[in-house]
Amino acid sequence: MDVAIIGIGIHPFGRTEGVTGLEQGVHAAREALKDVGLDWNDMEFAYGGSSAAGNADSMVSKLGLTGLQFINVSNGCATGGSALQSAYMAIQSGMFDIGMAVGFDKHPRGAFTVNPEASGLGKWYGDIGMALTPQFFGMKIQRYMHEYDISEDTLIRVAVKNFRNGAKNPNAWRRNGFSYDDVAQSQMVCHPLRKYMFCSPAEGGCAMILCRADKAKQFTSNPVFLKAVAVKTRQFGSFEVFSQSQALERAPAPTVQASTAAFEMAGIGPEDIDVAQLQDTESGAEIMHMAENGFCADGDQEKWLHEGYTEIDGKLPVNTDGGCLANGEPVGASGLRQVYEICLQLRGEAGERQVPNSPKTGYTHVYGAPGLSGVTIMAA
Amino acid sequence: MRSIADQIPIADGLFTWPSNDPRLLGSKCADCGVVTFPAQSGCPACCGEDTEAIELERKGKLWTWTIQGFLPNRPPYEGPETPETFKPFGVGYVELPNQVRVETRIQTEDIAKLRIGMEMDLVVEKFIERDGKDIIAYFFRPADES
Ligand SMILES: [Zn+2]
Repeated sequence: MDVAIIGIGIHPFGRTEGVTGLEQGVHAAREALKDVGLDWNDMEFAYGGSSAAGNADSMVSKLGLTGLQFINVSNGCATGGSALQSAYMAIQSGMFDIGMAVGFDKHPRGAFTVNPEASGLGKWYGDIGMALTPQFFGMKIQRYMHEYDISEDTLIRVAVKNFRNGAKNPNAWRRNGFSYDDVAQSQMVCHPLRKYMFCSPAEGGCAMILCRADKAKQFTSNPVFLKAVAVKTRQFGSFEVFSQSQALERAPAPTVQASTAAFEMAGIGPEDIDVAQLQDTESGAEIMHMAENGFCADGDQEKWLHEGYTEIDGKLPVNTDGGCLANGEPVGASGLRQVYEICLQLRGEAGERQVPNSPKTGYTHVYGAPGLSGVTIMAA
Repeated sequence: MRSIADQIPIADGLFTWPSNDPRLLGSKCADCGVVTFPAQSGCPACCGEDTEAIELERKGKLWTWTIQGFLPNRPPYEGPETPETFKPFGVGYVELPNQVRVETRIQTEDIAKLRIGMEMDLVVEKFIERDGKDIIAYFFRPADES
C-alpha cells in the first residue's frame, strides 16, 4: 500500500510571543486541513509530538473531541520524522485510510540545557562541562576537516547559502541573509564553529495529512508520494553526541544506515534526487551529511560548495527553505518542516525559492541526540 | 595542599583513588575484548554481559578537540567561573593505545596550540571546592607541559 501526503500546514518558525507551542501545532494542523479541504472529523488517527511544549494529544481539546486514535511520539530530534513514519506504517498496514502527523515545539532562548542522568550518563559529565551538544559538533567536524581537507571557507559558504535561502522563505525565522563576513567574523562558539554557523533553539509547528495512495486523487490533484521512510539508531563504533568514550574502530553513522535503507526501499539512488533537506544543526553537519547520505564522496564538499552545486539552481539544491540555520530548531517540528518544503518544491509552489525544471524527487534527513537519524524519500 | 582525605573524586569509579599515580578505570569485555570508559556492566559491541574492570593507559594522542567558547549553563555545570572570569577551555578525545578513545577536558596554558595527534598525559587534580573539600576530576594535558 503506497502512501501519499495530500495536505500540508505550517506555523511560521522563530519566536511568536504569546502563542504556546501547542497552539502553533493546532495552527499547523488547521492549515494542513485547509490545504486539502478536509475537516478534523475526517482524520481517523494522528501521531504527534514535541520535546518541550507538552503532549501533542492535548491538541484534541482545541481541534475537536472526535474520538480518533491519537498517539504521542517522543524521539528527540527525530520526533517529527518518527511521527511521519508512524503515520506511514498505520496506513501501509491497511488499518487506516487517512490521518495526520504533527510536530511542534517552543524552547527557551540560549543553548539547549541537558540533563545527563536522563540520557543514562553520570551526573559528573554535566558537572564538569562536557554535556553540551555544540562540543560534539565542533569535535566531529574538526576531525572530518582534518581527514578530508575541508576548509573554513566551506563552513562559511554553507551558512551563507542557508541564510540566503531563508531570506526567500516567508515562514523562516532569520531572514536578513547574513553575509560571508557576518558569518566569518561571528564569535567562535566551539572551534571551528562560529555563532552564525549554528542554529538556535526556536519555535514552530508543522503538520501533514497522509492517505492511501490509491485514494489520493479523490482529495487533491497534486499528491506527493512517500517512497521511503527509515529511522535508525547508532551502532557500535559510530561517533555520536554524548559519548564518554569511543571505539578505536569507526562504524558508519546512523545516517548512513537510514539513507541506505531508504534508497533500497525507494528503488532509486542518490543521483536520482532533485532536491534535498539535510540536517544542518550547524554548517559542519550539512557538510558531513552530504556524504553520509550518499550524495558526494568524503572531501568533495569543498568543490561542491565552491561551485554552488547545492544552491537552488545547482545540481542538488540543499536546504532550499534555509534549513535549521535560518528556521531555528523547534525539535518536534523540524523533521516535518523538511517534508513540508519538499512537498512545496514537488508541487511547484515554493515561490521565490522554487527549484527550476519541476523537480520530481525529494529527500529529507534529520539527525539528533543520542545518535539517531530519519530519512524520507518523496516523489511527485 | 590538602590531605588526601579532603580530596573527593567527582564520581566513584572513574579513576583509581587515593593514589599517587591515578589511572582511569574502564572495562574490558571477556568475549570480544572491547574496552569502554567509564566501566560498564554490559558490552556495547557484542551485547555480552561479562566485563572486567581494567586500568587505562595514562598517555595517548589527541584524536579530535574543540574549545568551549561560552560559560556552560548551570545546572548542570559546576565549574568555578563567573561570566567575568570565564576563559574558554579545551575538550577532546584522547586515543589510548590499543584501548579506547576517552572524552576529556583539556588543561593547557595555551589553548591555541591544540592539534590533532599531539601527545597527551592524564592528570587528576582539583576541579572545584565544595564544603571545604576539593572535588577532584580527571583531565588530559599536552605532554610537553607535564
Ligand atoms: Zn563484547
